[in-house]
Amino acid sequence: MPLPLLLSLSMALLTVGIYAIATARHASCSRRVYSVALAISGVALILVLTHLLTASAPATLTLPLSLPWLGAHFRLDALSAFFLIVVNLGGAVASLFALGYGQHERAPERVLPFFPAFLAGMNLVLLADDAFTFLFAWEFMSLTSWALVMAHHQESANARAGYLYLVMACFGTLTLLLAFGMMAGPNGGYDFAAIRAGEMTPGLAAVVLILALLGAGSKAGLVPLHVWLPLAHPAAPSHVSALMSGVMTKVAVYGFIRIVFDLLGEPMAWWWGGLVLALGGITAVLGVLYALMQHDLKRLLAYHTVENIGIIFIGLGLALAFQANHMYASAALALTAALFHILNHSLFKSLLFLGTGAVLTATGERDMERLGGLIHPMPWTALAFLMGAAAISALPPLNGFVSEWLTFQAILLTPELPQWLLKFLAPAVGALLALSAALAAACFVKAFGITFLGRPRSPAATQAQETDRYSLVAMFTLAALCLLAGILPGLVVDSLAPVVGLLNGGAQLATQHTQPWLTLAPIVDAKSAYNGLLVLLFMALSGTAAALLIHRFASSASRRGPAWDCGFPDASPATQYTAGSFAQPIRRVFGSIVFQARERVTMPPPGDGRPARLEVQLRDPVWDYGYAPITMAVIAASTRANHLQYLTIRRYLSLVFGALVVLLLGMALWR
Amino acid sequence: MHGLEFDIAHFLAGSMVVISLLLLYQDRLYALINVFAGHSLTLALAVGWQAYIQEAHHLYVTAGIALVFKAIFIPVALHRIIRKLGIHRTLEVVGGVGRDMLAGAALVALAILVMLPVTAGADALAREDLAFALAVVLLGLLLMISRHNAVSLVIGFMSLENGLVLAAAGARGMPLAVEISVAFSVLIALIVIGIFLFRIRERFDSVDMQAMDAFRGERRR
Repeated sequence: MPLPLLLSLSMALLTVGIYAIATARHASCSRRVYSVALAISGVALILVLTHLLTASAPATLTLPLSLPWLGAHFRLDALSAFFLIVVNLGGAVASLFALGYGQHERAPERVLPFFPAFLAGMNLVLLADDAFTFLFAWEFMSLTSWALVMAHHQESANARAGYLYLVMACFGTLTLLLAFGMMAGPNGGYDFAAIRAGEMTPGLAAVVLILALLGAGSKAGLVPLHVWLPLAHPAAPSHVSALMSGVMTKVAVYGFIRIVFDLLGEPMAWWWGGLVLALGGITAVLGVLYALMQHDLKRLLAYHTVENIGIIFIGLGLALAFQANHMYASAALALTAALFHILNHSLFKSLLFLGTGAVLTATGERDMERLGGLIHPMPWTALAFLMGAAAISALPPLNGFVSEWLTFQAILLTPELPQWLLKFLAPAVGALLALSAALAAACFVKAFGITFLGRPRSPAATQAQETDRYSLVAMFTLAALCLLAGILPGLVVDSLAPVVGLLNGGAQLATQHTQPWLTLAPIVDAKSAYNGLLVLLFMALSGTAAALLIHRFASSASRRGPAWDCGFPDASPATQYTAGSFAQPIRRVFGSIVFQARERVTMPPPGDGRPARLEVQLRDPVWDYGYAPITMAVIAASTRANHLQYLTIRRYLSLVFGALVVLLLGMALWR
Repeated sequence: MHGLEFDIAHFLAGSMVVISLLLLYQDRLYALINVFAGHSLTLALAVGWQAYIQEAHHLYVTAGIALVFKAIFIPVALHRIIRKLGIHRTLEVVGGVGRDMLAGAALVALAILVMLPVTAGADALAREDLAFALAVVLLGLLLMISRHNAVSLVIGFMSLENGLVLAAAGARGMPLAVEISVAFSVLIALIVIGIFLFRIRERFDSVDMQAMDAFRGERRR
């Protein structure tokens, strides 16, 4: 019975949004809205968890809403249940965080009505079972999140981000609309059951694949459609950023999976997988390279979302390639890796954004160059952020490692693919994945080190205070989940099994929780296995032993020497290592090619009082070669067409007349 | 369908096309309005005949509306307007009778070429009617773009509308309500256009569209 309940919970969220419109200016409204959202998301989470864990049969429901001849179809199956877990977990934690964080909101009347509506929109996308309901909910989700991005619209950067987001969202929905139109065919079978039953020609299916890649990819942030994401996600309030980055991109991935794996059925050509794989690899590396160049904490995280979407799409591409060659066991592994990473990314990216929100509340700064030393005033936030950073950098025993390890295991199976191009492509993508993992680690050393370690670089950072208890509970919930998913991956993989089975023609990984010592051994006959619990035990034991040994055997004799100045003899905080210094070596290696990075040193002549300046100029290749030409073409065309606005009335009539005659002539000659 | 009934319907519809062609080369405004009155009168007859042979009584109302408003009221009103504006003696430069006639003939041919194959399944009268109606619409548009005077534009528009009514009467099935509302909107259009003509005249001392373009502040291309 969970489906009607879930729908009514979504309706309840919408009602809360309407209630918030009326009362947003009251001081107590924020707390009320967020606690109700928390309760609703919590109930929904429990409902879908039981649905997934008991592996219940799919439930369907048709309501006499939407288009009169179609009705609104809803369906709850394993795939939507899994994504509903991601959405409602993220929603619950973000609401919990906002119980404290929302008190600092400058314009609550611009946030409170849209926050529950945004959650409801995401829930409805996942429950939709016909094209109209899906697109309606998708667009509703886009628009509410756009409203949240525009919450602080007085800042011109936010307004620009919102505009770009709106354009890209429209583009994405348009391509999805075309994709569904193609799948529904001339008879207009728009409910998903009819689409699944229908047969498609390989050519049409390939067009649908590309349209789905464009539509879902533009929402998820696939390079080169990612340009709006690093602008829009940071512009929203932090708990909304956490939802957009951690959860909404996953809803976009859901759209892709639903269309390509479920509705289209079996992939019809091997190049499908190759295309997705290559895009994923490029996205992963470019995302993390962009992230390294950023000194704005939230934008850095947003670029990391792009990277992680790349990793997810690598998994999906591998699954498509395996499925096209009927290697379902390998496809199950790749799919498990992708789904696991979806869950993981939603956990640690939400955690990191919430941590950034805490820093933002405490200092009012997002620019790393003005932070520093926050571990002293905010030790708990620092610990939670560190766990998130370790998780996203794929360090064992946390969860990021497991899913990336599974992805690598899947890549190691690709030599069995018959197509030579894939044989070569997959290891190359594997190298890209390894590179991006290493760069991500470098990036988070920078993010954590510059923000939390060292000495404060600005007065605001000096006066920071630990964040409130709600926010800490929210962050530590996520941190604990990151750790749990890392040390008990077998349980997660087992609960993913029905989802994988649904997408993979029934084939799924072997049951993991029966393995001895909760080891994760995805391929039974191979020797590769991972045990997070043992890694944690080993780390704890060796760490304790090392500490004991040092304390026991280190010399206690006093020595005399110069006082250590911690590496900077000049006492000014400005002489510390900065975020820019961290990024500089990597910028030298990659940036000069990818971003055409140019450094310019302006040294004033002796006697001139001006300071010396070091300027770094970066260019975005995607913007320069992808978007700028399109923008120029649109502007050129509209300038050309502009004089159509100033014709005389007779010219307009002549245009109408000419068009009519040409059409009629065409009609007469055509037949 | 009896031969005579069909012939008369055919004759009346065809006459409308011929009168549309007549409209094209009238260079005096009085003559233009008078020919338009004839156009509307023929329309009223055609629709009335359709009402008789289809035994569709509501079409009598349509014919009545066409007769009262389009054949009598609007021409009289336009007569008064041009007399008040003092342009009743204006000669309008019409760009060559031969050219207009050739273009008009080509449009009629086009209308027939398009309509006859498309409506292959329908009965003969509806097919002919639709072809003639399309020709009248096209000729009305041609009139609108080939004239400079605002009053001629109005006449072109009204004759175009006559073509639409002819099509609707032949196609058996346009409800009376639609016809009444169309007639009503044409009347409103006449009122609005009439007011505008005076306003334009007040402002620009002319109802010549070319003179008005100069006032729009745009560079002419």
